[in-house]
Amino acid sequence: MIKAGVIGLGKMGISHCAILNAHAGVEFVGACDTSKLLRWGLGKYSKLPVFDDYKKMIEQARPDCVFIATPTSSHFEIARYCLEQGVNLFLEKPCCLNYADTSTLRELSESKGLLIQVGYHNRFLGTFREVKRLVDAGEFGEIYHFSAEAYGPVVVQEQKETWRSKRSEGGGCLYDYASHVINLVDFILGDIEHVRGTQLKSIFSKGVEDAVYAGLILKNGTTGNLSVSWSEESFRKMSTRIAISGRKGRVEANAQEIKVYRNKSENPEDKAGWALSYLTDCTEPVDFYLRGEEYSAQVDDFVRQVEAGTRQSVNAIQSAGETDRVIELLIADSGRGN
Amino acid sequence: MDRVIFGDNQFFGVDHLSDDKARQKEQRFKDTREIIRVLDFAHEAGIRTFMCTTYGRIEEICEHFRNNPAKYADFKIYPCMPYAHKYANAVTEMGIGGTLRHFTGGVMGSIARGGMAVVQRDAFKMMQMLVDAEMSMFKGVNTGVIFLQNVVTDLLLGLGMHDFFYEFSEYVQKKYDAEPGYITMNLPRTVDVLHGLGIENPIVCASINKIGFRMSGGLEANEQALAEQKVRAIAMQVYAAGALRPQEALEYICPQQGIESIMFGASSKDHIEQTYELINSLSPEA
Repeated sequence: MIKAGVIGLGKMGISHCAILNAHAGVEFVGACDTSKLLRWGLGKYSKLPVFDDYKKMIEQARPDCVFIATPTSSHFEIARYCLEQGVNLFLEKPCCLNYADTSTLRELSESKGLLIQVGYHNRFLGTFREVKRLVDAGEFGEIYHFSAEAYGPVVVQEQKETWRSKRSEGGGCLYDYASHVINLVDFILGDIEHVRGTQLKSIFSKGVEDAVYAGLILKNGTTGNLSVSWSEESFRKMSTRIAISGRKGRVEANAQEIKVYRNKSENPEDKAGWALSYLTDCTEPVDFYLRGEEYSAQVDDFVRQVEAGTRQSVNAIQSAGETDRVIELLIADSGRGN
Repeated sequence: MDRVIFGDNQFFGVDHLSDDKARQKEQRFKDTREIIRVLDFAHEAGIRTFMCTTYGRIEEICEHFRNNPAKYADFKIYPCMPYAHKYANAVTEMGIGGTLRHFTGGVMGSIARGGMAVVQRDAFKMMQMLVDAEMSMFKGVNTGVIFLQNVVTDLLLGLGMHDFFYEFSEYVQKKYDAEPGYITMNLPRTVDVLHGLGIENPIVCASINKIGFRMSGGLEANEQALAEQKVRAIAMQVYAAGALRPQEALEYICPQQGIESIMFGASSKDHIEQTYELINSLSPEA
């Protein structure tokens, strides 16, 4: 049994509270937010202990781990404090607003022997995990190109100013939709080393980009296109896709399905052509379901790691934190830094 | 409840296995008249209950029902609320406080100024106002059961805010003369909690299928809850998002104890008729 708390009660924070509170291996020791309304709601209608100050929560509740789901601009300060207090972290994505801060957190966690896991839930989605397995197993031979996309309808008309319209607060498509896709490329295909021809386009937003288009070059030489927009009204909800071409075949996948094409080969035993598989073929059941198996699965994995004192998470900052480095590359390449 | 309930995912661009299929359907049902045409197929086949999320476009369907009372006198609509995307996007934009203010705004207008502060101290009152806001489009339509959508049920379940289930039950019975229903992806847990609240034979709609897809806690725990607990279950996702063929899927579902109703969605006349007949022929005492 481990003790867990949550800092920041927005959409992700509340969702983590529910999953943790329903988790058989977790004692839920505190939910923290600056909003009076939220503290009142949780305090009055649930049995969860509530706090108005995260330092107080850590001092009084002594959690083994906390989930940080505050606006990105506050991640660094809160995360550093928690690490100094010896607390393991589940950090919502992206880690920080600059790679230097992310690196500081990573180093601090390593010196303290603590885990920081980042909330890029695509790494726990059955279809994308299966794609990674197939790529690693060499099913498509040497990979030479990929295309990674995400589209959805977050900002589809001009809006008044919110935190979403300020990059300094973590607003913009790059920190949001695009970070997920960058992280997914890193997960399935490897480290991104260079970026080229980056377009950060404002479509409806004033201060930030609504779309990110770029060429990516991986350390292993593979090239690919990144194409992301949250201003696509034509999509009902966020839809993430990756297509990968190798010398022996091709794979196209999204959250629901995987289409594999195997090239004809000299070996007549090989089955050439298209093969389809679905989420239902590669999804493990969870004990408690809230918004998708992947949200529960990432929490399960984190809880297991903390319980065992290990840091082998697929989304540990050592790997997931590299997304912040790529985001900086994209901003620099676009000439739209501020 | 009827043995067969017609679902709505096919109308609104939801397909659990394929984005492409979802978009094809979305295109086809852009025109609400096309939805009504399919509802008429269901009605002609013998189906008498349509279960649907409270999307804005349901308003047009309700309007059509109201305008043709003779034709739809025996057709019930079971609303499932809230339409989560609407609120989720708003919460990201406006925060939770802002969202509550935004969506109860219309109702608040009829209450004395300063009412917000009063209401904010009573979340049950707030919930009632949200239910009213969602129910306004169903005026004059036969709504026998009113459902809490799974995102909300499961969120409250996880947070341990169980009193809302009780308050919801009381309110829909009193105000709308309807029975409360709970959609969930965690059937065994939800049934336990509802029993604990004194809701003895709850209506629970959950994913139930032969391969255990989206059946939290595992297939066995779900089967056990259905067989041994007092529950009026509606089975949804019986095809496990398309992984199972209808015959195989329904051969498993139809004889299961505890399942009062079976929900399915389809877009063609033949498919609707065949499924309806298949359920009836495979069900005991059909």
